[in-house]
Amino acid sequence: MDYADELISNYEHPHNKGKISGADAKFHEFNPVCGDDLTLYLKVRGGKVEDVKFDGTGCAISIASASMLTDEIKGKKLSEIESMNFEKLKEIIGIDPGPVRLKCATLSLKALKKAVFLYEHKKVDSETEKL
Amino acid sequence: MPFNVEAIRADFPILQTKMAGKQLVYLDSAATSQKPKVVIEAIRDYYVRYNANIHRGIYELSEKATEAYIQSKEKAARLINADGIENIVYTRNATESLNLVALTYAAQNVRKGDHILITEMEHHSNIVPWQLLANRNNATLDYIKVDVKTGMLDRNSLSECMEKGPVIVSITQASNVLGTINDVKVIAKDAHSHGAAVIVDGAQSIPHMKVDVKDIDCDFLAFSAHKMFGPTGLGVMYAKSDMLDKMEPLFGGGDMIMTVTLKSHTWNGLPWKFEAGTSNIEGGIAFGAAIDYLNGLGLAAIDRHEKSLTEYALKRLGEIEGVSTFGPDLKYVDKRVGLVAFSVGGVHAHDIAQVFNDNGIAIRAGHHCAMPLVREVLKRDSLARMSFYAYNTKEEIDKAVDAIEKVKKVFKVC
Repeated sequence: MDYADELISNYEHPHNKGKISGADAKFHEFNPVCGDDLTLYLKVRGGKVEDVKFDGTGCAISIASASMLTDEIKGKKLSEIESMNFEKLKEIIGIDPGPVRLKCATLSLKALKKAVFLYEHKKVDSETEKL
Repeated sequence: MPFNVEAIRADFPILQTKMAGKQLVYLDSAATSQKPKVVIEAIRDYYVRYNANIHRGIYELSEKATEAYIQSKEKAARLINADGIENIVYTRNATESLNLVALTYAAQNVRKGDHILITEMEHHSNIVPWQLLANRNNATLDYIKVDVKTGMLDRNSLSECMEKGPVIVSITQASNVLGTINDVKVIAKDAHSHGAAVIVDGAQSIPHMKVDVKDIDCDFLAFSAHKMFGPTGLGVMYAKSDMLDKMEPLFGGGDMIMTVTLKSHTWNGLPWKFEAGTSNIEGGIAFGAAIDYLNGLGLAAIDRHEKSLTEYALKRLGEIEGVSTFGPDLKYVDKRVGLVAFSVGGVHAHDIAQVFNDNGIAIRAGHHCAMPLVREVLKRDSLARMSFYAYNTKEEIDKAVDAIEKVKKVFKVC
């Protein structure tokens, strides 16, 4: 796996980093293997993502992935997020992290989807749990 | 006699392998060592020529397998200068050995309000079993502090903890993160004078240096075959005979009994009363071959070779701006085993390891199963670690240094 320039620049200067006070939903995810620690904050209006931020620490892949993912989903319908999978994430981040770094890459997507399910009072589906 | 690393390397088929398209540089022997041909052959030979269950088979194959299995225990006993095979209990790994002590001797002797003493530099395998036991038996778990500046145990903290009169003192002989060699002989003497039983975690020491259980006078010693050229799935719990005699077994079943009636049973002799069921026979036999190989190279020579590699690595890494190393510094290299944990700027250790992988170099990254040490004492999220064995070379350390320069470039560390 190569560290693409876009990935490195998103790691060095992550977009949407921080907290949202009065968020409509937030979810904390932890990767015990890496120690990546991430909380995702969501603001929803009319069934769409009005704003999203993340906060935490982690490796380049987890931070860059969170940065690019949060950019991508602004304005998206919650129903679209519900169906996002690993394939979609790979398109967004532009790399295949490989099996060892998979959990680093998917941490933010997992937190995002769980925040959405939480907001909608829905049960987290097994696809999301497996991310 | 010079240590012929090239000849040693030829004994390890895997060193010819490529990783990420590059010649493999294996710097992760503290996690598990590579295996020489003789060990791989010993496993094959057992299955091809004399596979049979051990102990009670009244036929030649079984006798041969039993003999080879027992010989491996004799070799393990000689390696650490134990009295004999009665002191050598085989387990799955050092972790299981430590748990076995916690669940037998310690569980049977630790009472409410007692103190159990370990250190801040322990691997999780020498922390969690004691946390579990302390919870179950309402005992207190104390930690000897690590002096972050020197990477060694804090003497004041050590004596304060000893004053509490622990009943168990369990301590690593060599840290898998700092590389620090603890003077377990002095600590054991101190602990015994306070009436404690002494357990030594030798997972990182036994493969790399000569250890004499009579000299250090520990009551128990735990180590793993797979870190010393041997197979996975085989560990050793050494214990003094009088300890083993007093202890109840943990597991019941075949082999560990002498007689069984509908109402009761009697135990087998040592060490068998602690080994219920069919053992890891191939593992035991291969471990015997691994000890022969280790002795052939000579622990003193391995130790010298690793110290020179450690010294070289500390020097080279010390010259790179933005790189920090952990553990005793260069002038105390004789107090270290062959591993160096390091960080590069603020780069996450997994990103470091990824760049190393892309250059064919295997290192470990993360909390190294020592979260209390890495997080709470060293205050780091993660560390990278290179570790050495008999087959490593200075040229491989040079390649690691080149990889660090690549990490700095990718992540713009100045």
